[in-house]
Amino acid sequence: MFDDLSNKLESTLKKIRGQGKLTEKNISDTLREIRRVLLDADVNYKVTKDFIEEVTKKALGAEVINSITPGQLITKIIYDELTVLLGSNNSELKINGSGPTIILMVGLQGSGKTTFSAKLAKHLNSRGRKVLLAAADIYRPAAIDQLKTLGEQIKTPVFSLDVKDARKISVDSIAYAKENGLDTVIIDTAGRLHVDQELMDEVGDIKKLVNPTEILFVVDSMTGQDAVNSAKAFNEKVDYDGIVLTKMDGDSRGGCALSIRSVVGKPIKFLSAGEKLDSIDVFYPDRLASRILGKGDIISLVEKAQEQFDESETEDLEEKIRKNKFDFDDFLKQIKMIKKMGSLSSLLSMIPGVNSAMKNAKVDDNALVKVEAIINSMTKQERTTPKILNGGRRKRIARGSGTSIQDVNRLIKQFGDMQKMMGQLSGKMLKNPNFNPNTIKFN
Amino acid sequence: MNLFKNLNFDKLKEGLNKTRDKIVNKITEVVTGKAVIDEATLDEIEEILLSSDIGYDTTEKILEEARKRLKSEKDRSDVNLIEIIKSELSSTLTASTKDINSEIEKNKPYVILVVGINGAGKTTTIGKLANNFKQAGYKVIVGAADTFRAAANEQLEVWAKRADVQIVEKGTNTDPSSVAFETVNQAIKDNADVVLIDTAGRLHNKTNLMDELNKIKRVINKLLPHAPNDTFLVLDGNNGQNAIIQAEEFAKVTDISGLIITKLDGTAKGGVIFQISSKMQIPVKYIGVGEGITDLQDFDPSMFVSALFEK
Ligand SMILES: Nc1nc2c(ncn2[C@@H]2O[C@H](COP(=O)(O)OP(=O)(O)OP(=O)(O)O)[C@@H](O)[C@H]2O)c(=O)[nH]1
Ligand SMILES: Nc1nc2c(ncn2[C@@H]2O[C@H](COP(=O)(O)OP(=O)(O)OP(=O)(O)O)[C@@H](O)[C@H]2O)c(=O)[nH]1
Ligand SMILES: [Mg+2]
Ligand SMILES: [Mg+2]
Repeated sequence: MFDDLSNKLESTLKKIRGQGKLTEKNISDTLREIRRVLLDADVNYKVTKDFIEEVTKKALGAEVINSITPGQLITKIIYDELTVLLGSNNSELKINGSGPTIILMVGLQGSGKTTFSAKLAKHLNSRGRKVLLAAADIYRPAAIDQLKTLGEQIKTPVFSLDVKDARKISVDSIAYAKENGLDTVIIDTAGRLHVDQELMDEVGDIKKLVNPTEILFVVDSMTGQDAVNSAKAFNEKVDYDGIVLTKMDGDSRGGCALSIRSVVGKPIKFLSAGEKLDSIDVFYPDRLASRILGKGDIISLVEKAQEQFDESETEDLEEKIRKNKFDFDDFLKQIKMIKKMGSLSSLLSMIPGVNSAMKNAKVDDNALVKVEAIINSMTKQERTTPKILNGGRRKRIARGSGTSIQDVNRLIKQFGDMQKMMGQLSGKMLKNPNFNPNTIKFN
Repeated sequence: MNLFKNLNFDKLKEGLNKTRDKIVNKITEVVTGKAVIDEATLDEIEEILLSSDIGYDTTEKILEEARKRLKSEKDRSDVNLIEIIKSELSSTLTASTKDINSEIEKNKPYVILVVGINGAGKTTTIGKLANNFKQAGYKVIVGAADTFRAAANEQLEVWAKRADVQIVEKGTNTDPSSVAFETVNQAIKDNADVVLIDTAGRLHNKTNLMDELNKIKRVINKLLPHAPNDTFLVLDGNNGQNAIIQAEEFAKVTDISGLIITKLDGTAKGGVIFQISSKMQIPVKYIGVGEGITDLQDFDPSMFVSALFEK
């Protein structure tokens, strides 16, 4: 469902990454475009505004200006900010050590509370909990029948009373659970508007009466701008513990998740993606982030690159380049670093744009293996002084590495080009923490 | 180093531009004696429009139009600007031309199919509509063609009872189009005036469920060539931009003749209908403003537009 958002972000960011120089003009053009993408995805107006301001501040900082690859850096800033917005830790459902675990479901009409109550019951049952469903929606026609039908489907007892008193039903359900050795009670409440004082008081009272272990606010992932208002009002009333995002099987861009997360600061705990009772997913913020950003997870690529190229080796390398002493040994070292970051194809898939551009193209992971084999077949002297690589030596190397003479020739040629190129560069680039993986050339 | 210089230069230029604009505005003001609407006012209006789910493109378009019209307008006060925008908005809404009463007289039984995504408010709206038609003196039958959702039948039964109308239903998991068929059949036999068919909630991106809807429509149509006379798409007023895709996808499998926006008794504004209505030329028929049987209102464009600007 986040594909659309991520595609749009990707194409916008691609534009700016392609530009050599960053000016205030192209930064602001990009941010205007990003703003539109976020608004189209139903991210709240104010949240979008703050987001853009935050990114602008960072993007206009000296870091970007001094950076050799400013496009890369602004990309990272935007992705980082989005991740911040989504939260960083996944939070599990709380379980009560003593006495029954009580989970209270709240939310607007039709958001999916009843269905999710049953899903959660099934989920917890399969983890060894003994669940009771409590039917505390006394308003919606056939709400109790609905929960009972679902309870039957998952063989879970449903507690209900023939009284129009949601407070009493809730309280009595806990006693019932205790008497019958059930350790978890999920209370399904009626859908209510956050501006309905009477019903908000009802849910506030239920909270006070049963002291829930966990209160979950259930939200339709297709919700628009107003999501922040209801999320805030419910939070003020019951101070819920987490959020459930439903109907994720639709194609909504889900911007409301970002808005709610940023406005109330509560974690998203579960996703619901279907009407069937087993479509429940524990929520992992990092996964949602990468879903929003698409498969092209540029951040992790940048981070991986930074991780692998450690400072001292880089300085070593820099020294060599400056003295024009970069040789095949160093090249081999570099390849090893790249390999540590993962396979070539997975590396490429992390670069936004590459995925869509290369959907069907096969990436040859063997390319690096070949290069390694060729270098490994060289003698120590050949590696440090490539100049001596004559025809005879090349033939031997090809045989030794199980490659063709053309392969060996190509590599030596490329290496020569690389040496030349490196000679032209100042040592600055390698020292730069904002290493740009896009400049790594394979082939 | 070069880059650094560039940036400062740009900043300088921008600063100069601002000053120049200010001067030009001041001059205009002095010359014409009218205040120029400042960007802050336009920003405020933009906020109102965007936070009503009107959407980025439509908001920009409306602001653009407003700017243009303002230029040729004599009165450039803020108040006037808002009036211009309101009329701009109202004009994007497709008007409903059909008079349903005379239509019912012409085509009996008059069959209304109600569709939409999960939890939008279809069943509740059917209860309200049934009540309205009944109160207007029509003989009404409702058909429970949501054979999927837990207790969907029971829910519609309660509504049929409240509205005091007849209901046709079959068991859970039976073919929904056979329920629709039987409902219309029954209506023909009983000389009913209005048939309301409830359908299961379905997300617009689920092909098999959308095909099922198409089948329901075909089955009804075979039995009664003028039916369905109306297909109403129910949209949750809380929904954001996704509602546009919903409308587009539903329109592909059934001819949507009207929109019903529910849950407008909350704080959501339902502004997404401007795009839907203008893009697809579908009128908004009713709005849901509560869970009670009388909480259905005829759609009134100017009232709806005014509500956007209420804080
Ligand atoms: N496609 C899809 N449908 C869902 C999902 N969760 C719930 N639904 C459907 O959404 C509709 C509303 O769900 P309910 O569980 O009745 O919602 P609720 O919040 O209990 O509604 P009220 O009690 O009326 O406030 C039903 O048709 C459900 O089958 C989901 O993740 N995906
Ligand atoms: N506040 C408010 N609630 C509404 C309105 N219309 C419907 N609801 C509530 O929204 C919830 C879902 O309504 P339903 O009529 O069951 O929706 P549906 O589209 O039939 O749902 P499914 O059949 O599950 O897809 C119920 O709790 C209704 O009471 C409205 O205009 N205002
Ligand atoms: Mg419910
Ligand atoms: Mg229904």
